[in-house]
Amino acid sequence: MAWFKRSNSSITPSASKREVPDGSWVKCESCGEMMHLKQLQAACYTCIHCDASFRINSREYFSFLLDQGSFSEHDRKMRSTDPLKFTDTKRYADRIKATIDKTEMYDAVRTGMGKIDGRQVSVAMMDFGFIGGSMGSVVGEKISRAIDRAIKNRCALIIISMSGGARMMEGAFSLMQMAKTSARLSQLHAAGLPYISLMLDPTTGGVTASFAMLGDFNIAEPKALIGFAGPRVIKQTIGRDLPEGFQRAEFLLEKGFLDLIVPRKEMHKTISKILRMLDE
Amino acid sequence: MAKTVLDFERPIVELEKKIDEMKTVMQDLEISDEIDALEAKIEELRRSVYSNLTRWQKVQLARHPDRPYTLDYLGKVFTDFTELHGDRHFGDDKAIVGGFAQLEGRTVMVIGHQKGRDTKSNLYRNFGMANPEGYRKALRMMKLAAKFGKPVITLIDTPGAYPGLEAEERGQAEAIARNLFEMAQLPVPIVVVIIGEGASGGALGIGVGDRILMLENTWYSVIAPESCSSILWRSWEFKEQAAEALRLTAPDLLEQGIIDRIVPEPMGGAHRNPSEAAMLLKTVLVEEITQLSKMKPEPLVKQRIRKFSAMGKVSE
Repeated sequence: MAWFKRSNSSITPSASKREVPDGSWVKCESCGEMMHLKQLQAACYTCIHCDASFRINSREYFSFLLDQGSFSEHDRKMRSTDPLKFTDTKRYADRIKATIDKTEMYDAVRTGMGKIDGRQVSVAMMDFGFIGGSMGSVVGEKISRAIDRAIKNRCALIIISMSGGARMMEGAFSLMQMAKTSARLSQLHAAGLPYISLMLDPTTGGVTASFAMLGDFNIAEPKALIGFAGPRVIKQTIGRDLPEGFQRAEFLLEKGFLDLIVPRKEMHKTISKILRMLDE
Repeated sequence: MAKTVLDFERPIVELEKKIDEMKTVMQDLEISDEIDALEAKIEELRRSVYSNLTRWQKVQLARHPDRPYTLDYLGKVFTDFTELHGDRHFGDDKAIVGGFAQLEGRTVMVIGHQKGRDTKSNLYRNFGMANPEGYRKALRMMKLAAKFGKPVITLIDTPGAYPGLEAEERGQAEAIARNLFEMAQLPVPIVVVIIGEGASGGALGIGVGDRILMLENTWYSVIAPESCSSILWRSWEFKEQAAEALRLTAPDLLEQGIIDRIVPEPMGGAHRNPSEAAMLLKTVLVEEITQLSKMKPEPLVKQRIRKFSAMGKVSE
């Protein structure tokens, strides 16, 4: 018997970290304090005691980012075909099916059109609960279409990333989604339209190394882990502990890879201001 | 010279040694029939071994320490190679080499990962694992090629982008992402060839092009089989299964529609006859560059983006 137990439903073991639990009273994983769900929601899913951001899904994020009732979802039922017939300790096909049942999502990104203070935006947000928010063919295709919708509607694009990276179970197909999404972003760029990349905790691997780092505005939430290689791999490579705050949003801002760190409660206001200024 | 022999190569190499001994030691004796028979046997053995390689064995061939690397091809396929250095911001990454060279009288920009042959040169080349400045140097050279209207050829051979502390500080992810974005719009032809290992973002960082080719015994995927094994199986022991599951060989990627063409290697792999491997690659490169050079920049870029847009399989 191994001294550790693998989590069999997700590629990263910490998927449940700070997730909003059922019931009306919730406990903050950071400070341990309790609060009512309504208080949490009113604070954009941040702790009313210590400001820690809860790890939330796309529906919850859109609830405070977009104008009430403005979101219309596209390509909701697009799903993976398991192109490699991949099997590790269990079949990828079974893993997808189980995750669809659990999350009521068909893959790791929700895309569509919405409004921010009346301004139209094409928006995409990854869901970490779906196989670690990993990018396979579906994520790549849905994000590409979200880019196309921004071009077609001559509006801004917002992609909210939260992902462990490219999805191993689709092999080279997953890798190519990095090239595909980046190529499509080059078309958005040529069309002169704004792209806001918002990075949440965590954003790593092939997602960071493609669309997440390519924003006209690279924005992150405080303390979000953002990087190419995961901290465990880097630690193994260099054979020593990593410095405090390494790969956190504040570190990336200091190194020149982010424009802004914005607390979740001010996200709607900040993005709205950017969009307004570009319009005026 | 000490050559590395992989397990599955051993019976063949031993038979070859035997023939060589017979040829030199028994020159005067009437044994040519015997030698002929032995050579026929080797040929048969080669065919059966190399046509039945598992995916993991192909990964091993792709990593063979005697395999030709970018600078070897630069010496054999091209002439007048003029190496250019540095990203103009931070430094000169030795894990990526590049510069202008001539391909049958046509000036091209060649950029590739470079591995070392021994401990010393491997440390110098960082085992072919580039830092951000490597990708930025590659991009600088591609833009130089675009300025002068010269086609770009990239040769991929990397175990991955370097996962180090300084690499993160200098923006490994941004450097790779930028290359994907810029390569999509580069207004000159780009031919990409996997000549050894094509590991993940570190490979793709110089891997966006109009034609994607793989040498016969190479691999290209989202992750190396060992790392895949360690994450999904929670153990390094399942690399063979991971290699099978990832479907990462040249025929696999051709079937997946991700690459356009497989470049044949000499029997037994490029390391068995580097000169022949170079000639086989040269023939293909000349063909591809000649074809692509007929296209105007605008339709070329449009076609390139369409090509990558078509990659992936979904159901709706």
